[in-house]
Amino acid sequence: MTLPDGIANRVAMEFPSKAENVAFARTAVAVFASQLDFTLEELDEIKVAVSEAVSNAVIHAYGDAVGTVRVEAVITAEGELVVWVRDDGRGIEDVGTARQAQWTSRPEERMGLGFTFMEEYMDGVEVDSAPGAGTRVTLRKAPARARVAG
Amino acid sequence: MHMEARRVGESLIVRLKGELDLNTAEAFKAFVREELAASRRVRHLILDLRAVPFIDSSGVGAILGRYREIKEERAGRLIAWGPRQPVRRVLALSGLVRVMDVVDTQQEALALLKEGNRNP
Repeated sequence: MTLPDGIANRVAMEFPSKAENVAFARTAVAVFASQLDFTLEELDEIKVAVSEAVSNAVIHAYGDAVGTVRVEAVITAEGELVVWVRDDGRGIEDVGTARQAQWTSRPEERMGLGFTFMEEYMDGVEVDSAPGAGTRVTLRKAPARARVAG
Repeated sequence: MHMEARRVGESLIVRLKGELDLNTAEAFKAFVREELAASRRVRHLILDLRAVPFIDSSGVGAILGRYREIKEERAGRLIAWGPRQPVRRVLALSGLVRVMDVVDTQQEALALLKEGNRNP
């Protein structure tokens, strides 16, 4: 297996959009991320962010049906962790509104705080989505120690 | 997620063991509701979070829902007992700490309720 240029390591997984799989996804990504010089606190932050992105896919993407959630994580040659969480679900009409705290498209109790945690805990969060075309969330984070060291 | 409940005076103390996320939030919600329904005397909810290594917004939402219930239906208070650092940070970032007290010991929790100090 050849890795693309600029990618030092890569893992990918896919699973049905079931709540039971959220813990597996966040734990697997955190273990993969520990190859970089993240502190335990940073690994906890990565777990929360991945948990939010995957939970969003499980809750929102397919309504009450079960679809596929794909999670891919890479470590770049520059020593950054990049995680993609993708679904082929209904997509988000207005990403800007969806990212605002307190907003949620279903009357459950999650308060729409998911993006707040992702943005607080990661260096970068991108959301690519269109109605009917699924959603892809990109999460980026580099170890703070590495940044300080330059 | 393992859950146990016991009553001390007007307080229900719920001990949680495990991760509080999308997968476990429903069971937590159902468990607390059932325990509250079993006793009209209970006004306050003390959540023993010492053995909870992880929480995310689904867990925060489930706790907020229980806060609303005890506040609206019983004029009670919610106290978080002993959250670990990562959990404490999530609770702080979510704003939940504005409506509940965070304490380190059960004694501290019960003393707060006795004093009647209200978290604004």
